[in-house]
Amino acid sequence: MKYIDEYRDKELVGKLVDQIKKVSKKSIALMEVCGGHTMSIQKFGIPTLLPDTIKLISGPGCPVCVSDRKYIDQAIAYARLDDVIITTYGDLIRVPGSTSSLDQEKAKGADVRIVYSILDALKIAKDNKDKKIVFLGIGFETTAPSSAAGIIKAQMAGILNFHVFSSHKIMPPAMEALIDEGVKLDGYIAPGHVTTITGTGIYKNIPEKYGLGCVVSGFEPVDLLKAILMLVIQIENNDQKVENAYTRVVKPEGNIKAQQMLEVVFELRDDWWRGLGVLPKSGLKIRETYADFDAEAKILVEVEPTREDKGCICGEILKGVKNPKDCKLFAKVCTPSNPVGACMVSHEGSCHAYYKYNRD
Amino acid sequence: MCLSIPAKVETIEDDMAVVSVGGTKYKASLQMLDDVKIGDYILMHTGFAIQKLTPEEAEESLKVFEEFEELNKKLDEEEKERGERIV
Repeated sequence: MKYIDEYRDKELVGKLVDQIKKVSKKSIALMEVCGGHTMSIQKFGIPTLLPDTIKLISGPGCPVCVSDRKYIDQAIAYARLDDVIITTYGDLIRVPGSTSSLDQEKAKGADVRIVYSILDALKIAKDNKDKKIVFLGIGFETTAPSSAAGIIKAQMAGILNFHVFSSHKIMPPAMEALIDEGVKLDGYIAPGHVTTITGTGIYKNIPEKYGLGCVVSGFEPVDLLKAILMLVIQIENNDQKVENAYTRVVKPEGNIKAQQMLEVVFELRDDWWRGLGVLPKSGLKIRETYADFDAEAKILVEVEPTREDKGCICGEILKGVKNPKDCKLFAKVCTPSNPVGACMVSHEGSCHAYYKYNRD
Repeated sequence: MCLSIPAKVETIEDDMAVVSVGGTKYKASLQMLDDVKIGDYILMHTGFAIQKLTPEEAEESLKVFEEFEELNKKLDEEEKERGERIV
C-alpha cells in the first residue's frame, strides 16, 4: 500500500541500522512515548536491530492504560442506567473496573455499543431519541479533535441526547513529569499523530528546559529507525533539539482547524495519570458553553469506591522504570484473555505488545 | 489509539469523503481539512481525515541514502584515520 510499503523496505532498514551502529557511541535510553510506537517497535523487532548502546523504553502514551480506574467505574455506572446507551471505541470495553467491566455489564444486559467513530455514536443518538447516548471520549491530541467535532455537530443538529464523557488528555505534561521524576532518559521519540494535530511547537520545553532531544516519528520501521538515528546524532553532537522525521504527515504548525475545534470545545484541567498521579493542566474538560453535551454535567450518577489490584505494576511500566517482564503477574495470571491491568488489555499497552511479540 | 492510516480520496460529497485503504472503502469526514481533492491521500483517524499527505515530502523522506551521505563520508574518513572499522 502506498505510503506504507516503501517505509518497510529491507534495504533502507539495513542502511539505517548500519548508520546507527556507526554513529552511536554513548550508552543511551530513548523513550517512545506513544503506545502505537511501542506496538510497531515490538512487532518489527526494532530492539534486536539496534546496537547494545541504545535502549528503548516504553512511555505513558497509551490512553487506556493511563486512565483512572475511576473513569471505567463511572462509565460502568452510566451503563447500568436503563435510559443510557454507552458508545465506545473497542479499546475500553474489556478494561477492568473495580468490580466489573463494560463487557461484563453488556453480558448482563446493559446497552454498550462499540463504534469506530464518534459520528456513528451521533447517528445512534439520532435514532434513539428516548435514550441518553454517552460517548466515552478517550485519547490524546490525535483523538480529542474528533470528540470536539462530534460535539460541535451535535450542537448544530440539536442532538441534545448526546453526551461525551471526557477522559481526553494532552501529552506534554506527562513527558515533562517523567523527566521531573528523574526517569533516566536521553531523548524522546515523539508521537507522530499527536504532533500531526498539535505541530512540533508543543515540545519546545523538552530541549530548552530539560536539555533532551525530541524527534517526531512515524510508525513504520524506516520512520522509527530514522528518528532513532536523528536522536543519536543529536546526542553524539550534544545538539539536543526538536526535529521531525515524519514530514510526509506532520507539518510544523500542525492542523490548525483541528486545534481550533479543540480550543472551542475543551479547556484544560488537572488530571490523574496512572504511574504519574495528578498532573496540572493535563486533561481536557468540556467547556461550560457545551455543558449540554457533557456527560459529567448532565448525568449524575453514583460511582462505587475505586479498588486497585495488588501486584499489577502497570504504573511503573508506564513510567518506563519497569518492563512488563519484571511483573510477577505477566503472562501468568495476567494475559490478554484475562487481563489484570489496562496495559495488558489495550493493543498498544506495553504488556500486550510484549505478550504478543516478545514474551520469552 | 492514535492509530491512523493513509487513505486515497475517491469521492467527495459535502464534508464527507469515500476513501480507499488498499481497496477497502471507508467514509471519512473532511471537517478538519480544507482543500481536499479527489486523488489526494489523507491520514484517517476514527473516521476523520486529520491531515493531507505531502507526496514531495514522502519521496524526500525515502532518500535516506542521500540525506546521510555526508555523514557516511565523514565516518569513513574517521575509520581511515583510526585504522579501524566502526561497524
